Amino acid sequence: MSQEPHPTDVTNDTGAPAYRASRTPAPRASLTFCPDGPVLVRGDVDLRDEDGRPVDKPRPTVALCRCGGSAIKPWCDGTHKVNGYRSLD
Amino acid sequence: MTSTSVPTDVPAEPGPAPTRPMPLPAPRGPVGEALVRLLTGADRGTAALHAAVDAAVAAPPASWLEDDDVQHALLCLYELHYRGLAGVDDAWEWDVDLLRVRTTLEGLVEAELRTRVPVPDCGDRTRTGVAARLFRLTEEDDSPSLSRWVARRATEDQVRELLVQKSVYQLKEADPHTWAVPRLGGRAKAALVEIQADEYGGGDPERMHHALFASSLRGLGLDDTYGRYVDHVPAATLASSNVMSLFGLQRRLRGATVGHLAAFEMTSSLPNRLYGNGLRRLGHDDEATTWYFDEHVAADAVHEQIAARDLAGNLAEEEPALVDDVLWGAAVCLAVEGWAGARTIARWEAGESSLRLPL
Repeated sequence: MSQEPHPTDVTNDTGAPAYRASRTPAPRASLTFCPDGPVLVRGDVDLRDEDGRPVDKPRPTVALCRCGGSAIKPWCDGTHKVNGYRSLD
Repeated sequence: MTSTSVPTDVPAEPGPAPTRPMPLPAPRGPVGEALVRLLTGADRGTAALHAAVDAAVAAPPASWLEDDDVQHALLCLYELHYRGLAGVDDAWEWDVDLLRVRTTLEGLVEAELRTRVPVPDCGDRTRTGVAARLFRLTEEDDSPSLSRWVARRATEDQVRELLVQKSVYQLKEADPHTWAVPRLGGRAKAALVEIQADEYGGGDPERMHHALFASSLRGLGLDDTYGRYVDHVPAATLASSNVMSLFGLQRRLRGATVGHLAAFEMTSSLPNRLYGNGLRRLGHDDEATTWYFDEHVAADAVHEQIAARDLAGNLAEEEPALVDDVLWGAAVCLAVEGWAGARTIARWEAGESSLRLPL
């Protein structure tokens, strides 16, 4: 396995690595399509409204309304469970 | 290590209240009286407590879940594992005599639950099959709706009673299910941690859900002290909290804990919207009072998806032998919450208070 210096490795004065930064990239943002339910959004995504203004992501994982019935759009409020929504995906 | 003096005149910091033990709840019968005498040092040995438990077992009530004496005793015994009881030595937590008493009382409650709440059938025991069954189970729940009552009809006094009833669990919200974290592995563990991290405010103490609930209590002029209203609530409300501890403290019931949490999350978003609407209808439209309920509308719409699929569904695949307990835990959640809610509505319909003591 190659031991190329990583840009964020911390080295001591001999040049030997004293602390090797993780090579694991930050997890990519993901979308999870819940059957007959919302889309779960995890990770670092840039959410914008139609005028391009940033939308604050209130928690690390958010659920986006897919049924159109939520009273708190764009977030899901569980209304899909009572309005007969079927995602057909 | 050098010793440091502890300052005694530290001014009160703004922000969440410090962690304090629960005020010792007042006994409601002979078991509780013997337990409290033992815990406070008035009795030296456990003979009186064992005798009281034996007498209770010999003369069973119609329901242990509605038995004030036993539910009070269980709440006290469980509380030794959470924040402790004021004036009670923490060493009682692992006292073998008390654990024996707890096991006896838990046996009565669990046996009644096993009799009254059947395991829901489930043909498809895959991840998606179990998740779908849990969603169907919660959708078919036909318990009387406390949240609809609050949205449309509740008086100011009834809303205050509702928060008092909820405070027994909500001031330790999430804690009983957190016991399951070290007992799970893999994807199910990751899912539980993802939910619980959000319950605990994602690292912000002021966003912890039990801190938001404390803010709602203050908004209605109620006392947010941990355990402040335990004496006010009936056995059925103590039972809904005790069942979570019964499941959470026992590794063998980790499947039931997962099912319980899933059902709790899956029956939360829509009712909390209605609770928030009820508060606003009564003029409580300040964010400090309604944030708890509004937060749960959005948070639990996320949590229910993670709980059903990533937590319960993955556990079903990782430990197939636990599927029945997952489904049973969910059914128990719906049943116990439903019984407590129905009791409250019945009292309100009769024009009475749902509490044991006036506020």
